[in-house]
Amino acid sequence: MFSHATKGVKSGAVGLLLAIAAGLGAAPAPAEPDLRLATTTSTDNSGLLGVLLPKFEAKSGIKVRVIAVGTGKALKLGENGDVDVVLVHSRPDEDRFVAAGFGVNRRDVMYNDFVIVGPAADPAGIRGMQDALGAFRRIAQTGAAFVSRGDDSGTHKLELACWRALGIRPETNPGYRSAGRGMGEVLLMAAELNAYTLTDRATQRALAKKTGLTILVGGDPRLFNPYGIIAVNPQRHADVNFRGAMALVDWITSPEGQQAIADFKVDGEQLFFPDAQK
Amino acid sequence: MELWDTTRQALVLLGTGDPELWQIVGVSLRVSLSALLLITAPAIAAGFVLAHVAFPGRRALVVLVQGLLSLPTVVVGLVLYMLLSRQGPLGDWHLLFTQKAMILGQMMLALPVLTAYTVTAVQGADARVFETAVSLGAGGFRAALSTLWEVRFGVMAAVFTGFGRIISEIGCSLMVGGNIAGLTRNMPTAIALETSKGQFAQGVALGIVLLILALGVNVALAALQGQGGMRKAWQP
Repeated sequence: MFSHATKGVKSGAVGLLLAIAAGLGAAPAPAEPDLRLATTTSTDNSGLLGVLLPKFEAKSGIKVRVIAVGTGKALKLGENGDVDVVLVHSRPDEDRFVAAGFGVNRRDVMYNDFVIVGPAADPAGIRGMQDALGAFRRIAQTGAAFVSRGDDSGTHKLELACWRALGIRPETNPGYRSAGRGMGEVLLMAAELNAYTLTDRATQRALAKKTGLTILVGGDPRLFNPYGIIAVNPQRHADVNFRGAMALVDWITSPEGQQAIADFKVDGEQLFFPDAQK
Repeated sequence: MELWDTTRQALVLLGTGDPELWQIVGVSLRVSLSALLLITAPAIAAGFVLAHVAFPGRRALVVLVQGLLSLPTVVVGLVLYMLLSRQGPLGDWHLLFTQKAMILGQMMLALPVLTAYTVTAVQGADARVFETAVSLGAGGFRAALSTLWEVRFGVMAAVFTGFGRIISEIGCSLMVGGNIAGLTRNMPTAIALETSKGQFAQGVALGIVLLILALGVNVALAALQGQGGMRKAWQP
């Protein structure tokens, strides 16, 4: 399941050119071994890696092989030494991974964010609120319709954490619907039911035309979804490419790497926000 | 090992009367029995007419009904979704993601099953039953009822087969019901959801209920048909 990092015809062509250039160029030093990166489907599917990694490869001469899986699986691959570096988004799991000695040098990289969307008429009147919890409370208090993922996904867990923080049991709202379905289906359902829902920005953007739902609340740090990069501990697995891993960690958190993340836009909208400088 | 553990947990769930589980079973039964109740009379009437009344295009219609026996549930779901969606022609009814939408879908799925089986049953009936009833002064409706009574076991088989078809279907229920907890989540959609969450115990428990229902229906059907067969065998 080792797929090359570069996706799409255009970036594929770029990758090919790079490979040819690397092959033709009289490499003075012995060729760098490939770097294996386990990451989540979100970074890969969005096209972010297709933009970032060629820049890194051009600069370092290290070729990156991407394995795009869920966060849990990615960390498992790191634990087993099947990859050299992981880029994932689940802070508690990441901390456990480092504490157990599987990884070293964890660094913040970026975040994307979740937004509360709803019908343009906005019956609960939450448009423009800065405080996501306040918006959730108003939705519950007005008995407005709200569709929940209800499928134990990361999005669902974040929504439940918001209700918990408010001390509200969402089922007591007669407009609350637990759908048990994917993000796209839940957005379509929310549109049909004139309901609010919590979604990641990328999926909302992809479906906004179809659903007519608009972003009403966004930008609350509570709804941020942070990504971290961790090198696999070379003391556990002597054969990992630790030098290459640290090269990627250093580059992606460098001003150049961070700028590349900020510059990555889909349909003119920035999806990932760099936050390595802290 | 894990299979056994899961099954044991499932049995515990069933035994302890887990309220969520039985609520889901309730949704399934309410929706499927309502659909069956609403569609049975018109479907059987249509089956009788198709089998008994000569009119142009009848043969083509019978072939069509029999063809619809294999109507994919997701196609019914898709068509119904488009009809009931807010942008659809029936959007004003606000039926999408309600039990009523699921009932409508299951009615559409049960209709060809009931009709086709009734056609077969009525065609197998002795034509003299209808004629005798008419000669005794019965109107067309009474005579039709006499014929249907004569083939009641075949008609019952139609109803039971229709029930088997809709109680276990998932495609249409998921699309127009939306698998909403406590509202439109029935046994098949719940099993699919629990499996996707990796929580197999609840799925297995519901699967057991679904199996018992399906088996029970078949056993009842076999018992009824056995009786019917016996009656026929004794007649000279």
